[in-house]
Amino acid sequence: MRRSTTADNRKDGKRFTVRKGTAAKAGTGFRVWAIVFWLVVWQLTSMALGQEILLVSPVSVLLRLGTLIRTLAFWHAVSFSFIRIVGGFVLALLAGVLFAALSFCFSWFRELLHPLMAVIKATPVASFIILCLVWIPSRGLSVFISFLMVLPIIYTNVLEGIHHTDRQLLEMAEIFRVRGLRRIRYIYFSQVMPYFRSACGVSLGLCWKSGIAAEVIGMPDGSIGDMLYQAKIYLDTPDLFAWTFVIILVSVLFGKVFMKLLDTAIHAIERS
Amino acid sequence: MDITLKNVTKSYGDLTVLRQFNHTFREGETTCIMGPSGCGKTTLLRLLMGLEKPDEGEILGLSGLRMGAVFQEYRLCENLNAISNVRMVCSHALPKERITQALTQVGITDSLYKPVRDYSGGMKRRVAIVRAVLSDPEICFLDEPFEGLDEATRSVVGSWLYRQLSGKTVLMVSHDEEDALRMDASVFRLDQDI
Repeated sequence: MRRSTTADNRKDGKRFTVRKGTAAKAGTGFRVWAIVFWLVVWQLTSMALGQEILLVSPVSVLLRLGTLIRTLAFWHAVSFSFIRIVGGFVLALLAGVLFAALSFCFSWFRELLHPLMAVIKATPVASFIILCLVWIPSRGLSVFISFLMVLPIIYTNVLEGIHHTDRQLLEMAEIFRVRGLRRIRYIYFSQVMPYFRSACGVSLGLCWKSGIAAEVIGMPDGSIGDMLYQAKIYLDTPDLFAWTFVIILVSVLFGKVFMKLLDTAIHAIERS
Repeated sequence: MDITLKNVTKSYGDLTVLRQFNHTFREGETTCIMGPSGCGKTTLLRLLMGLEKPDEGEILGLSGLRMGAVFQEYRLCENLNAISNVRMVCSHALPKERITQALTQVGITDSLYKPVRDYSGGMKRRVAIVRAVLSDPEICFLDEPFEGLDEATRSVVGSWLYRQLSGKTVLMVSHDEEDALRMDASVFRLDQDI
């Protein structure tokens, strides 16, 4: 018998059902055989080239990774980057929601922020990194850059969610005099949450990409970005691949854990 | 205090729904507004609820009144369960047991903690009715409150609603004369009285 799971991430807040296995069938999930196929292609290409400096084999990457994780420097680099990039992400969530709420309440605030958000969205991340290096110590750069990349996404989506709140529910709230915190808790929360959740999903990958890019350019000592840069200048391809694998792994794991916690929190609040 | 409409006119573009309308609804009475589709019943209710402003004329006797309503479209928060939907509009002092008891009395017994999006139309209607009653309104607006309920449920919910709103000012819109009888309401025919 097929099991089904439900999720509330449609923007209109209505439920949709995802049957297990359908994601892979639709081409959006991973199949083990496909992953094995590409690993074999990678291994054979690396063997055919015969030069690890050009293309390291997956086996070498795994062996290098095995060595790295037994060093203190590895865990220091991971925690250094994790704290800063996730810190920037969380700050952007808080600021994005606050700014969206203020923009909804005060049109002058929305007009004031509009050009700023447009500039942040349009400016290449590398330009920001180089510019910010002038003002911010390299150790704090990834916090600011991940904050800057995530902020407009959260702000725009939450504001859109507030604007799309069901007018009929707002009329109902007006008649029953549901105001202040109660209106936020019962009406806006469930109406805006699908937009917020969707924005978080998009931002999670972006904050890691931009944060690591900031570290590669800023080179703060003991960060993942610094390790990547060192691998590049010494042409240490196994290290480069191993660190890239670590970034992907940490980014995906954090994304999964964060979205799971978010869903649990949403359900707990809605069911309370 | 009675609710009085004086020379109220309401138009939507070129369509005038109410023209120089005058009427007084008595305090503490239940009135069932009846009439053919499109005659302005819902517009009249929306004007009284303050959701629309009259183009001309005035409505007296409503200011400061605590209102409750059952809308045609339920207007429930779909992600929330029945208890949360009711609790949203109630006083903080109202115990949860009172909400559970009321929902049980209208026949919602085993799905109290499910999101209402999983409910049938009839169940949503009953949650909306309980919500209106437990908000403890001084005036209650009911727009087709029994729509979508089968005859047996109409009877149970109708007599429960009648008991709960007894002595309060109730303005109800319905197509069904049975609903008026069920609520012991005086009938006001909008098409004839304009």
